[in-house]
Amino acid sequence: MTSAFTPRPEMLRIQDLHAYYGESHILHGINLKVARGECVTLLGRNGAGRSTTLKSVLGLVSRRTGSIMVNGREVITEPTHRMAHYGIGYVPEERAIFASLSTEENLMLPPQVASGAMSVDEIYGMFPNLYERRSSPGSKLSGGEQQMLAMARVLRTGAKLLLLDEITEGLAPVIVKKLGEIIVELKSRGFTIVLVEQNFRFAAPLADRHYVLEHGEIIATINADELPGKMDWLHQTLGV
Amino acid sequence: MEIFGVPGALLGSQLLVGLINGSFYAILSLGLAIIFGLLNIINFSHGAQYMMGAFVAWIALNKLGVNYWVALLFAPIVIGALGVVIERTMLRKLYKLDHLYGLLLTFGLALIFEGVFRDQYGISGQSYPVPELLQGGVNIGFMFLPIYRAWVVVAALTVCFATWFIIEKTKLGAYLRAGTENPQMVQALGINVPLLITFTYGFGVALAAFAGVLAAPIYQVSPLMGSNLIIVVFAVVVIGGMGSIMGSILTGLGLGLIEGLTRVFYPEASAVVVFVIMVIVLLVRPAGLFGKA
Repeated sequence: MTSAFTPRPEMLRIQDLHAYYGESHILHGINLKVARGECVTLLGRNGAGRSTTLKSVLGLVSRRTGSIMVNGREVITEPTHRMAHYGIGYVPEERAIFASLSTEENLMLPPQVASGAMSVDEIYGMFPNLYERRSSPGSKLSGGEQQMLAMARVLRTGAKLLLLDEITEGLAPVIVKKLGEIIVELKSRGFTIVLVEQNFRFAAPLADRHYVLEHGEIIATINADELPGKMDWLHQTLGV
Repeated sequence: MEIFGVPGALLGSQLLVGLINGSFYAILSLGLAIIFGLLNIINFSHGAQYMMGAFVAWIALNKLGVNYWVALLFAPIVIGALGVVIERTMLRKLYKLDHLYGLLLTFGLALIFEGVFRDQYGISGQSYPVPELLQGGVNIGFMFLPIYRAWVVVAALTVCFATWFIIEKTKLGAYLRAGTENPQMVQALGINVPLLITFTYGFGVALAAFAGVLAAPIYQVSPLMGSNLIIVVFAVVVIGGMGSIMGSILTGLGLGLIEGLTRVFYPEASAVVVFVIMVIVLLVRPAGLFGKA
């Protein structure tokens, strides 16, 4: 049982992470840790290195150095296709729904990597739209449906650490609200969530902690309870 | 019986030849399309791999006494395995470069393979007997149908449609289609894409070798049999559209038939009709009949 005195085990610990796209040096020594069951956000302006941090965890950059521990295990030398098997579920900014696959094929595509995954029935319960559209090709889904599918796709695998990149981008307020409810629900089920968000109003009530990035470095770490006192500074820094 | 002033038997036999050629076009362009889809490599050694399939069958028969039916399974496995080695040791290093490098490498390999076989066996063709079970023919009223030729069409189409089924209707095929669209994301979802790529290249090459064994009793088994055919097959792929599975099959068959009909009605154009169609398609629909622009 966890309490204030026995810290929860670490799900993700990133130390001195540097990442490169070709010759460009994008991340300059990121340090962060996320305990099991926590939700943290990566905040920052466009180009600050938030998405690259998520991509680096998965090995989707040209080169990376430093340390990435998932569940206490060093994974920085592992190939990308192994990462899902450590329980990482990635929802990229562009959603990456496969256009030539049906909704259900998209949903069933990733291999199940851990026990305790959500069943297809549970997923369709959480995302009823997807059930209705299950035989539609991925290319015919609306933006909101694609986002739901991108989330559903990783929940079915049994991933416990979710890396979610800009999931609210370009979506209608009603869908953003629904996504917020889903994040709350996932948190209550014990998922660990790293959220890259532009929409601060969406992220603020969900997260236990916020990391603020600028030029590929973390310039501030703000706990949820410190947030009210830092709002002005945040608005200024993020330019919102 | 005459159709459009042409004897039915002549028309029938040319259509059959067209259908057989079309079956080879279909199975070869299908392999090229699958390989291009996932690897982004234009496999110029496809014709040489087809030729080697035929040679493996011929060598197996003459040196080891292995019959046609075993060769039909054995040759694709041997040449597919060679494909796996090529992918692992050479092609893998080229994926991040322009398409042109893959084309150059596979073109070079084709020249080496052809050179080796030419050195060993000369350019005059070797004959491969029609298996006993498929010898002879049947009279189907307006023409005489050689059983082996009918078998080639049936076997090639069965393999083509089985391949289509695997790609369009199975989980493995879903990996392949997804990998063709966005290989990085497929990896991020936990699928071993490098292994999938190796398997795909091996399979595409095995299809070529299978076609080679089918061809052995019809054409002469010669080191140049692949390079003669592959130019037409590339035209077929351009017409159908790179990367479309059903498009490759239908275009291959259709162009074989058109070639056959041309041979009946205007024989002088039969060797170029496919290329004329290619030019027209490129002008009107550059992505090919079934390709996505």
